[in-house]
Amino acid sequence: MSDPVQAALAADTAGERLQAMLARVPYARFLGIRAELAGDEMTAILPFAPHLIGNPALPAIHGGVLGAFMELTALAQLTVAQEIGAASGERLARQPKPIDVTVEYLRSGRPVDTFARAHITRMGRRIANVRVEAWQSARAAPIAALHGHFLLTLADT
Amino acid sequence: MVMTPKNLKVFSSAMNAGTPQAVALGIETLGFEDGGVAILQVPYRAELVGDPDTGVIAGGVVTTLLDHACGQAVYAANGQPIVIATLDLRIDYMRPAEPGKAILCRAHCYKITRSVAFVRASAYDDHVDDPVATAQAAFMLNSSGGKPAHMDVVDKAEGAA
Repeated sequence: MSDPVQAALAADTAGERLQAMLARVPYARFLGIRAELAGDEMTAILPFAPHLIGNPALPAIHGGVLGAFMELTALAQLTVAQEIGAASGERLARQPKPIDVTVEYLRSGRPVDTFARAHITRMGRRIANVRVEAWQSARAAPIAALHGHFLLTLADT
Repeated sequence: MVMTPKNLKVFSSAMNAGTPQAVALGIETLGFEDGGVAILQVPYRAELVGDPDTGVIAGGVVTTLLDHACGQAVYAANGQPIVIATLDLRIDYMRPAEPGKAILCRAHCYKITRSVAFVRASAYDDHVDDPVATAQAAFMLNSSGGKPAHMDVVDKAEGAA
């Protein structure tokens, strides 16, 4: 990223692409997921809503919802990363596809807003390795974590 | 007390109806088999699509179905409902689900100890041997103590029987 003008344009586009991706995926709207971008750092937000509850006795957010939220966070981070890195000339032709994910549940998801950040451990030509952590009141006390592999389809350039 | 597959189904249906996310997705318990097996399904709906270009249902919907089904397989292996918490869930996505089709899930709790249960599950839209996704999960048992919600439904059903 040597050209600062290019870098700024890519960052703007990354934000737009991110919002466009979340807006066009019906299931992201079903969950109510939002995302905020600060440079190349993205925070995904799952605002609490009653329909997310999986255990009404506690109450707690459904474990599947937390897994799905972190999976979408990983996909959104890959969208951002490819846009920021677009100056290198390689772009994703399609939305990445999950190959496998491992979800760890660390604490019960209380009925409040949940946040998540993804870290791309490696982004190769075909596979991306991504780690995600989700938290509520304190980032240092994550409620769940995800580690997954995603299949990339790069456009012919 | 060991519950019959029929009473397990009564309980699970009540549990689904009292679980907002299960209601929101339309998750339905189809039945139980001896040996710790639960069979569930989620219907196809346009608002659950993950890729609008293809109309394929979101991976996250399959994630929730697998987690939910694995939990109910633990009830089946335990012989009655029990308070559980998911420790971890590993999912392999084999192929996209066919747009328009319901997704079924067969979950098998193949080992249950005093404190932990181990479950394997397959999600499919046609045949169980041609999965859309498979899962492997571990659950902590009696995670918060006490009786699970909705047991009163079963108590009534058994009282009536």
